[in-house]
Amino acid sequence: MRFKTKLLVAALVVVHFVLLFAGFIAPYDPAEQNRVLPYAPPSRLHFRDASGFHLRPFVYGLKLDLDGFTEDKNQVFPIHIFVRASRYKLLGFFETNWHLLGVSGSGRLVLLGTDGFGRDEFSRVLHGGQISVAAGIVATFDALLVGMMLGMLAGYYGGWVDESLMGAAELFLSLPWLYFLLGVRAFLPLHVSPARTFLLLTCVIGLIGWARPARLVRGIVASARSRNHVLAARGFGASDFYLLRRHIFPEIYGVLLTQATVLIPRYIAAEVALSFLGLGVNEPVASWGNMLSTLQQYSVLVSYAWLLAPACALVVTSVIYSLLADCLHSQLKFQSS
Amino acid sequence: MKLITNLALLVCLHAALCFAVIAPETPSAGEELDRAADVSGHSGGHLTIGERAEPKTLNPVIATDAVSREVIGRMMADLVEINRATQQTQPALAKSWKIAPDGRAFTLQLRKGIRFSDGHPFDADDVVFSFKVYMDENVDSPQRDLLIVDGKPLTVTKLDQYTVQFTLPRPYAAAERIFDGLAMLPKHLLEKPYHEGKFAQAWSLNAAASEVAGLGPFRLKQYVPGQRVVLERNPYYWRVDRDNHRLPYLDELVFLFVGTEDAQVMRFEAGETNLVSRLSSENYNLLTRERARTNAQLADLGPSLEYNFLVFNQNDLSSKKLDATAQRQKWFRALKFRQAVSAAVDRDAIVRLVYGTRGSALWGNVGPGNKLWSNTSIPHPSPSLDTARQLLKSAGFSWNQSGQLLDASGQQVEFSIVISSSNTQRMKMATLLQDDLSHLGMQVHLVPLEFRALIDRVFQSLDYDAAIMGLGGGDADPNPEMNVWMSNGTSHLWNLGETQPATAWEREIDQLMQQQMITLDYAKRKQLYDRVQSLISENLPFIFLATPNVLAAADPRVGNFHPATLDPCTLWNVDELYVRGSVEIAGAR
Repeated sequence: MRFKTKLLVAALVVVHFVLLFAGFIAPYDPAEQNRVLPYAPPSRLHFRDASGFHLRPFVYGLKLDLDGFTEDKNQVFPIHIFVRASRYKLLGFFETNWHLLGVSGSGRLVLLGTDGFGRDEFSRVLHGGQISVAAGIVATFDALLVGMMLGMLAGYYGGWVDESLMGAAELFLSLPWLYFLLGVRAFLPLHVSPARTFLLLTCVIGLIGWARPARLVRGIVASARSRNHVLAARGFGASDFYLLRRHIFPEIYGVLLTQATVLIPRYIAAEVALSFLGLGVNEPVASWGNMLSTLQQYSVLVSYAWLLAPACALVVTSVIYSLLADCLHSQLKFQSS
Repeated sequence: MKLITNLALLVCLHAALCFAVIAPETPSAGEELDRAADVSGHSGGHLTIGERAEPKTLNPVIATDAVSREVIGRMMADLVEINRATQQTQPALAKSWKIAPDGRAFTLQLRKGIRFSDGHPFDADDVVFSFKVYMDENVDSPQRDLLIVDGKPLTVTKLDQYTVQFTLPRPYAAAERIFDGLAMLPKHLLEKPYHEGKFAQAWSLNAAASEVAGLGPFRLKQYVPGQRVVLERNPYYWRVDRDNHRLPYLDELVFLFVGTEDAQVMRFEAGETNLVSRLSSENYNLLTRERARTNAQLADLGPSLEYNFLVFNQNDLSSKKLDATAQRQKWFRALKFRQAVSAAVDRDAIVRLVYGTRGSALWGNVGPGNKLWSNTSIPHPSPSLDTARQLLKSAGFSWNQSGQLLDASGQQVEFSIVISSSNTQRMKMATLLQDDLSHLGMQVHLVPLEFRALIDRVFQSLDYDAAIMGLGGGDADPNPEMNVWMSNGTSHLWNLGETQPATAWEREIDQLMQQQMITLDYAKRKQLYDRVQSLISENLPFIFLATPNVLAAADPRVGNFHPATLDPCTLWNVDELYVRGSVEIAGAR
């Protein structure tokens, strides 16, 4: 692997690690409302006060006056690491109340400010990232699985199987999927829990997305099946399944990997778009999309810049994935030539 | 040939002279005009207003949407109108009225010598014609319900050219208030389409300006589809200012179609529009912060008459295939369950977080904005989860180990709340409510729906558990509220289509509401309506949440800007609005 690829993979690992341990890294429960701190700006970390420099950073308490929130210099809250606060399930299994950062007493450490309900934006970006990125990965897995299977079938068998499957792929590619999803949402029952919405969302995004990888896979399989080593294996009496698994799958492996890096950011963005339009995960569960949806209000957009944090997170994640896709693509080309 | 040309010229000249005599800027002696003794301003100029949508029609009889009514209202006038500032009735096209001692007959004296905006004189025939149209079942006017008392229409008789008499089937409290909102129609223009059965098609948006005439301060000039409606000054308008100068001051009124409230605010900030009303508190605060640059006139008029509430579906669902909802209805029908929900709601948080403190918490249907009718003895308990838990416990609910609320049969309490997705304020209320109720162990799902889909569920399919909605805001009087509180009312949301009152308290409300409608004495009516309000707040068919303040803003150059709580907030005195520093025009002051 080249150095650039290694660096990008490392960055991706860091992003996913942070999101995976969101409960631990986030100081607060993402749904916890603090009704006296709506739209509070990001906490400023201080090292120096009247008595001089402190190694341990601290934040001041906030007080609301006519111009919004200002720092109350009489209330000092030092920041601690490894503190006990709200309960959560680490990785979804281990119930604990340890958090990486926190302040004691009545102080609030809001690294990225708060939203209109006084919920900590930083905690929500992390927890929302879990939903959005997981949606991207699961949907990509769905799309690649279906795409790979149908693409292999079409490329390997050719004839009417090929024609009908690729016809269907073309139909799916031409579908205005956003409107399609709007329509699908209308048929769902009212009572959909966030978990089920998430599952449905990823399935629908994934199932709609199978067409493009299927076409790519089909092309490779169609050319691979007439290669000499494949024909030889067939001559020795290998079954179709054996051929596909042993000789053809390794050919498409690289394509699937590049496709994954292309599709994951695209599907993260798809989840964000749907939740932004109110079709995705609902309150109080955070996702980058539904967090951004408050910015549809003009007054919020122009007044509270820190609420753009989920958009920044989305951009960073997408850029890392896209750069990685580029690297993988050029490496593949290099290998094949 | 030459003779004919000369004759024609003479006729033209004569007509022009007649016109000049008919519509001078200073009124003639034959016209009985209304003199606004405390109004002064400058003539000329125009104002631009951004609207959230395009009007659907220019026909005052069939218009139902707010935008159409706002535009049409500037071109039309009523017999008696409600002064938006004082909330009292005042003479309009009728210069005076007398009520017979039995409270059933109203005799109205019309202003003499006044004209429609096309120059045609107005008299009792137009009034009789107008009411005939409003009460015609085939026309299906939304105002028709107001004119039917006890299933019988009121009768209108022309006594002489300028006197009409209205006879009601029985005494009707504050009957003169119903005239506000009933625009007088020009018989000479609308009789033909009415008799041909084409009334609903008359005065569509595509109507020529010459076909549309009214008695309001402005008349139609131009409609550009998708862009704007332009109204121009009505030279025959029947009000004059302090100096006997004929109103309105403005030459033109332009309604731009801009789409959303945010677009309204952006256009206003950019100086493209001059007036904006019904602002959200966030946008109002935004304009306040920018006041140093824009110098805009901002008005916070205090609590509106609108009430936002949570309603549980208590409809009879036996004829529908909604077993799951019907199952949950045993909670919704339990008074203690509703009381617990009400006790858990943090209304002050709603006022603070949803309305940015520009609003008021509500515990009843008549809020602090309605000074004349609000029952101030209704208690305002602070939110208390302990009270709520006790109420639930006494109603047989319990909690499992993970804190989830279970009913007597062990079923987990879980329901959904539908909200209009376009209403960000109600969406926010719902999120706060969800959090409040989660502390009681109730699992609440929020379902944002497109407004029409929501209305369909609440009024037609009845397929919902609970909804957050808003009502009220029309008039301060209790009578327009009849359709909500009467058990057979069309907006009796929690249980629509009752053939008879489902509960004893609903029966009592029915009686009280009917009683107040025929009681003419204010103090007695107030007593009756107070009792209605306490019954409602005790039995909680709606869990009242909060009401926003009425917020409006105007360009610093707009003179006589006196917005009011009642609709149309900024435009009710449009005839008095003027542009400061506008060029004075010949004939004007």
